[in-house]
Order: sequence, then C-alpha cells, then structure tokens
Amino acid sequence: MLGLGALFGFFLEAGGLGSPRKLTAQLSLRDWTVFKVMFVAIMVAAVTLYLSDLTGLLAARQLKAPTPFYWAMAAGGALLGIGMAVGGYCPGTSVVGLFTGRLDALFFIVGMVGGVFLFANYCGELQGLFFAGKGAERETLASLTGWPAWLILLALAGIAWTGFRLGSRIETRDGGVIDALNLQQNRE
Amino acid sequence: MTTPRGFLSPLVAGLGLGATLYLTFLLAGHGLGAHGFFRDLTAALAAWASPFWATENAYLSTFLDEKGPLSTWVAWEIAGVAIGALAASLATRRFYFKIERGAGTAPATRLVFALCGGTLTGLGAALARGCTSGLGLSGGAVLSAGAFVFLLGFFLAGLLAALFSKRLWR
Repeated sequence: MLGLGALFGFFLEAGGLGSPRKLTAQLSLRDWTVFKVMFVAIMVAAVTLYLSDLTGLLAARQLKAPTPFYWAMAAGGALLGIGMAVGGYCPGTSVVGLFTGRLDALFFIVGMVGGVFLFANYCGELQGLFFAGKGAERETLASLTGWPAWLILLALAGIAWTGFRLGSRIETRDGGVIDALNLQQNRE
Repeated sequence: MTTPRGFLSPLVAGLGLGATLYLTFLLAGHGLGAHGFFRDLTAALAAWASPFWATENAYLSTFLDEKGPLSTWVAWEIAGVAIGALAASLATRRFYFKIERGAGTAPATRLVFALCGGTLTGLGAALARGCTSGLGLSGGAVLSAGAFVFLLGFFLAGLLAALFSKRLWR
C-alpha cells in the first residue's frame, strides 16, 4: 500500500494536481487538467477492470463497491466542491500540497480534522441526510440504467473526449494551462 | 530559484494514475482513498482529548482502533502519497516552501480560507463516506452510481462557488 500510495502521490504531483491554483483554475474553467487527469484515470481503471472481469482475471464482485446514499453523496460532493473552490484542495491533493512545500495545505488539513469533528458532533442531527436515498448495494451506472457495462464505458469515453476537446479549446483561448514555471513566478 | 521542470501532460498523468488505481484494485481488492485517514486521525485525536466523548460518539467510535490511526491500509497509502509527492517535486525542482495563493491575496487571508475550505471538505467527505479519491476515482472505476452523483455534486457546486472565490486566486 505504501508503494501504491507513492505512485499515487507521484502522478498527482507530476500532473500538477498538488497546486491549488491549478486545481481551482479547473473550477473557473480556465485550466482543464483536473478534469482530464481524473477522467483518463477513471477510464483507464474502469476499462482494465472491465476487461479483467471479462477474462476472469479479476472478479468484479470481489472488488469493493460503495452502496449509494444519493442525498449524502450529492451533498457531500457539493461541500467538497465548495471546499476546493475556497480552500484549494481535496483530501488527497492536500497531502501532495503539504509535501511539495505548501504551508497552506497544512491549514487545509487542520480544517479537515475540524470538519470531521463537526460532523461527529452533529451526527445525530445529520443522521437523516446521512442515510437518505439509499440505493441498491454495489449499484453501478450499468445496473441502474439497465445498459450493458461496455455501453456505459463508451458513453463515458464520449463525455471524456468532449471534455478534452472543449477544455483544450478554452485553454488555448485563455492563454494555456498554468504550468510549473508560472506557478513559481506566481503569475498567470 | 532554479527553473522547475514542467508537469506531465494530463493524458500521461491520468494514465499513470489509472494504472495505479487498477493495480491497487488488483492487489488489494479496493481502490485508493484519502479521507479515511483524516477521519481516523480525527477519531484518535478526539479519543486522546476526551476518551469518554470519543467512545460515546456514534460516528467516531466506530473508527477507533486500539492499534491507532496508523495501522490502517489508508494510513500507509497516505504515507506513500507523501513520499511520492516529495520525490516527484524534489526531482523536478518543484519543491519550495510557499503559501500558494493568487498574486493579489495576502498570505493570512489564504490561510484562513484554507482552514475554512478544509472544514467544508472534512464535513462533506464524512457525509459522503469518501472523497474525490476514494469515492470519485475508485468508485468511478467500478462505475458506482454513488460516485458519479458525488462527482456531479462536486463539479456543479465547485463551478458555482468558483464564481465567488475567483478573487482568492487572481
């Protein structure tokens, strides 16, 4: 797990996802690195997992798959989105931030502990939301829609491709992505 | 300051990440995560500060382990993330101490907002039972319906919030 984590951290940093300016630039649609990296990662993993299941190498059933709690996950996602817009990170990238010298990441992390504590303190009141809209265990986009998995993958690939094209167009128009050099020089 | 090396292209970084994610599923039966470590850390800190409150808390008590927050797989993974990020940034001259912010933002302002953003994130991840890595990426890799709802919420709210928080990053 240490080695896998190291690869994770390596690719996050190498992709520029340890930079809050780059991360938030995605949310202002200026720099599409986050979307591109995340979608490629999901597609690569999803396709290889699908093929592994198909060939019997790895049974999909044995892989951990979350039970949906639609309201909590939507609300939680929204809070993380706002958290990134305002704070500049998400949990994983904050670790990358900290270990690339970003002091602001430390404050974000302290904040996260505070946030978890808040949840715990009000877990009684939040219970309703926490357990609302429970879906079927291990529900996937395939089982939810009735579409075969390969069609779902195709649709996701289509979305990814569209995002890539659109994002790159916007980036070119706005003067390119935020690169390592202009991060260091603190200018756009 | 020496010139830093450029980032990998998003395609290459995504490929590496995706391969790592696949490998993790292959070797461990689950994906990558991050929030879990901070949740366990919070539980441990709470237990240290007030053992009674922590063990009585319906939520945190379930994450208390006498072996401590460093005994879980996610703790080792996070340690790895730190090492990987450190190695990558040192090797490319991208490591340097800073308070990253927009040019027009004071350091103190940035730090306050980092704290606030972190709080929202901690709360949200606890609610969602995961974060962008654990739920978004790993859940996405197994085509989880909950994961995509999470990601939708993340991007929609993030896009909207960015309209107002833009000034922090200019």
